[in-house]
Amino acid sequence: MKRYQNMLLLLAVVALIALPLWMIRKPARGVNSKQAVIFTGADDKAKDLVGSIAPGYKAWARPLMEPPSGEVGSMLFALQAALGAGFIGYYIGVSTTRAKMRRESGTETRC
Amino acid sequence: MHIMEGFLPVKHAIGWSIAAAPFVGYGLHVINKRVKENPEQRMLLGVAAAFTFVLSALKLPSVTGSCSHPTGTGLGAVLFGPTAMAPIGAVVLLFQAILLAHGGLTTLGANIFSMAIVGPFAAAAIFRLAKSVKLAFGLSIFLAASLADLLTYITTSAQLALAFPDPTGGFTASFVKFSAVFAFTQMPLAIIEGLLTVVVMNSLLRFNARELQEMKVTAPETVRA
Repeated sequence: MKRYQNMLLLLAVVALIALPLWMIRKPARGVNSKQAVIFTGADDKAKDLVGSIAPGYKAWARPLMEPPSGEVGSMLFALQAALGAGFIGYYIGVSTTRAKMRRESGTETRC
Repeated sequence: MHIMEGFLPVKHAIGWSIAAAPFVGYGLHVINKRVKENPEQRMLLGVAAAFTFVLSALKLPSVTGSCSHPTGTGLGAVLFGPTAMAPIGAVVLLFQAILLAHGGLTTLGANIFSMAIVGPFAAAAIFRLAKSVKLAFGLSIFLAASLADLLTYITTSAQLALAFPDPTGGFTASFVKFSAVFAFTQMPLAIIEGLLTVVVMNSLLRFNARELQEMKVTAPETVRA
């Protein structure tokens, strides 16, 4: 059981991500023929909520730089995730090899 | 939990920045000291930062029909203590604010406060509490990471409710509305964050058991100097 724990946990993660994708269906096109959108960012929804609670509020600052398109934006997010995942993978790889070498040299049979 | 650029009134933006600054400053001092005393922990510190990088970049779909992302601060808070996570979270938020127009410089203080201060402190406290009532190690990690994630988003809701109280219902009504956007969306994601933190912690336990013992993450309770 312990051996497969990580695999089971990762399966649970995949299931939790897939479940909403399967559960939530895109509503049919409205009368005003505006395309319905689902799975937008919660941050944007909060922004809209600010607009409805305080209609007079004007954002007083603008981002210095905005990704010129959604594609460029997702590239930067992917880059951020790749850098992080790459480093974690590297560290676990180094640790695995080190643990193996310690075992083989027999200096750490018990700990 | 990213409050968009310019979406906090000036007074609030300044207030949260002033509130967050000492934590980031003290956190830098803690990290410097730690790396100087235990240079071998530098790599593990990198792992904690990398984990926050990965998780905060993953926008995941939730059952409410909107997308949000985990924070990844629980792992580092358990490994290095909550103060070390303030500067690490600040770097991630700064990266997203400048390059991705996600969050912002005027709201950086508020975002640091929710993600890199409240979250890690909650994680460390919950982990310690879970350990003191002798919960299993994996379960303690799961609770610490997922509740820290959720509390981060509740903090953001409170920050927005403070800045934009409902004209009739005041802070409470507004807090309920913002929580509906953030906290409910976040629930499944908080579980995902908890599970992923346990996965990484399991790998560390398997191959870096000695380091974790030295860092007093898994060692039996000893009197702290």
